Amino acid sequence: MKRNRNVAIIGIGQTAHAGHRPDVNQVEMIHEAVREAIEDAGIRLKDIDCVVHGNMELFEGVHQPDMWHVIGDGAYGKPGIRITTGGTTGATLVSATDLLVASGLHDVVMCIGFEKQEEGQTTTGITAMADPIWGRELQTGALTGTTGAIYVRQFGERAEVAAAKLRVKAGNNAIRNRKAHLKLKLTIADVMNSRMLTWPLRFLHMCPESNGACAIIFATEEWAKKVKKPVWMKDHVTVHREETFYWGGPRKMQSTHNTAALKIYQRNGIVNPLKEIDVFEMYDPSSWWELDWMKEFLLLPPGKNMEMVEKGETEIEGAFPINPSGGVVSTNPIGATAAIRVAEAALQLRGDAGEHQVPKKLKTALASGFGGTMWTVLHLLTHDKPWIL
Amino acid sequence: MRERVAVVAAAQTGFEARKDKQRVQEMVWEVVRAVVDQTGLKFMEEMGIDNAVTCSDDYFDARTISDGAVTDVVGSHMRSEEKVSMDSLQAVYYAWAGILAGHYDITLVVAHSKESQAQSRNLITNAAFDPIYQRPLGLDYLQAAALQARAYMAKNKINSKTLAKAVVKSRANAANNPFAQEREKVAISDVVNAPMVADPLGKLDIYPVSDGAVAMILATESKAKVITDKPVWILGGGCCYDSFYLGDRDLAECMALDRAAKGAYKMAGIRQPTRQLSLVELSDYYSYQEPMWSEGLGLCAKGAGGELLASGATGIKGRIPVNPSGGCLAGNPLMVGGITRAAECFLQLRGEAGKRQVKGAKRALAHGTIGPAGQFHSVMIFGND
Repeated sequence: MKRNRNVAIIGIGQTAHAGHRPDVNQVEMIHEAVREAIEDAGIRLKDIDCVVHGNMELFEGVHQPDMWHVIGDGAYGKPGIRITTGGTTGATLVSATDLLVASGLHDVVMCIGFEKQEEGQTTTGITAMADPIWGRELQTGALTGTTGAIYVRQFGERAEVAAAKLRVKAGNNAIRNRKAHLKLKLTIADVMNSRMLTWPLRFLHMCPESNGACAIIFATEEWAKKVKKPVWMKDHVTVHREETFYWGGPRKMQSTHNTAALKIYQRNGIVNPLKEIDVFEMYDPSSWWELDWMKEFLLLPPGKNMEMVEKGETEIEGAFPINPSGGVVSTNPIGATAAIRVAEAALQLRGDAGEHQVPKKLKTALASGFGGTMWTVLHLLTHDKPWIL
Repeated sequence: MRERVAVVAAAQTGFEARKDKQRVQEMVWEVVRAVVDQTGLKFMEEMGIDNAVTCSDDYFDARTISDGAVTDVVGSHMRSEEKVSMDSLQAVYYAWAGILAGHYDITLVVAHSKESQAQSRNLITNAAFDPIYQRPLGLDYLQAAALQARAYMAKNKINSKTLAKAVVKSRANAANNPFAQEREKVAISDVVNAPMVADPLGKLDIYPVSDGAVAMILATESKAKVITDKPVWILGGGCCYDSFYLGDRDLAECMALDRAAKGAYKMAGIRQPTRQLSLVELSDYYSYQEPMWSEGLGLCAKGAGGELLASGATGIKGRIPVNPSGGCLAGNPLMVGGITRAAECFLQLRGEAGKRQVKGAKRALAHGTIGPAGQFHSVMIFGND
């Protein structure tokens, strides 16, 4: 890895995410996150010299909303870019903001991801991502039971219990996170008896539609010196998969998660992710995917993910905490969701996560974004300055 | 030490009112194929194209995650691709940043749009206005431009006949540009007598509905020198947002362009734009924009844009040629306007612009704009030495 400048996260802001926000419009909602990020960084709005903005246009039905949002997001009179890559938007915003600072073109850059999903019909919006001729008639929003079905075939009810256990963990963690949307105290039976969506994916396994925004301020090393607790961006990897004319068949699908993970570990000399990474904020659209994707991201041998879940190792106090924030099944304002993963990972490294702080010394964090037709963005964050330049 | 970044290849489709024989993917493939052939590069890390930045819009494509439709076409299957969803010059800006950062070495930039797919592009830009106060008024980018044209004309006492000269010049230049859509010459009387669409903008004052795609490859200095004998260097860039509500802005001014240009000039070491630039390619979606943006870019004093246009100084053989390609008035879709300007700068600086070549071009400026009444502007400067 070459790197021209070190880049630090110096400010983090999030709205209190919720299913309904009739009290604010989009601009006012974003403004809450922006204000918090600026206060958190202890800088002034005029110190920010570029704003990166992103969400999904067809979810709220506003064309190029960055234009309207200028009146509340701090971009007036400043450079900026609008970036949208589906569910990965929040993660791509982070990558872009990191690159804009590292490039030397800008010194202090803020990214803003948001979604106000109650203003649109998200499932319709997601369905519109399929090819209008070949796929749109078949697309069912983001719902799929395939991963769950594979696990149930392999492990039987044991898999259903494991997925339910992950959902219970997410609820428990979200209760401790004052920004989370769904703060649900659940039992395994609650999850296993909730409404079936598409077998074996049940209502409680699936992420919600949330309203919320996340703003993160990135800056140079010089700026980071003025901040009490900077967190550093070490590396990021984006892997997209697109097989326009591949519709199943005997060939095993290549995992973008696995590909991205191998690449980021290789580039950063990580041999054993379970030992070298201290906390992982994963984009988990459903509990089934959290169960399966652990294996892909952490390069686990078959069945090890099941064991880790059964032993409670991924809980906040466990050996390898995953999603202490409550994850995406608790909070999902889509354009912000992947940015929240990075924000939460950074708060953990700072020791500022409050009640859901992981109670051990944290040096390295991993954050993942998911979207599109199986796209992955991975971010590696460190507590200590990563590159000697 | 940071390496410079160069454009090593660029390709554009011919722009047409309705490309009904090509889907978006086929249109994009045409230009991707062309830049890959120009450079002989492969899609691979360390030794080839290691990143793609696309530019498109979910509304115009009627498709959520519009880059998903072209991810494989731009060579990003199981690799990196990111989408900029605003004027395509920002995609070039972002790709430039990624290479400067040291994260990528060679980046493919591709922008596409098919305005013909929309029943009305005004219906789309109406959705850019806030849903509560402005959208029900029927405001869209065309209406906003008409209000700005009026404000600009009134402040600087410019009449429709002067503005018509921008259209006449655009068509005359486009006649020499094989990629341009509207290549038939028109007279001033044709422009001022064309049917009125949004007062004061008549049919010929407005850029035509257009389909097309542009691709470009950016590379680090060391790689650029291996790939081509004629790299075109990126010397500077700047961009800026103005405020949103039209009533909050002085529509006769373009603060965002002033700042974007200032940033780009500072980086490129340009103090006297008309002397140091060989040509300017600006995004003139409406006839009033060439004179107005010329002022913002500092090609003349404030208020003197009309005189500059009327003087003929912006013709191909003039003191400071503006839009030798014919510009957006000759047909470029929204989103794709900025990168098409950059692609023209690339051709001009390599001496490959055919009949519209500006002799001895050394420095060129590309400009992009998006948002109602030029709310956002982007400026990049290119050079060949």
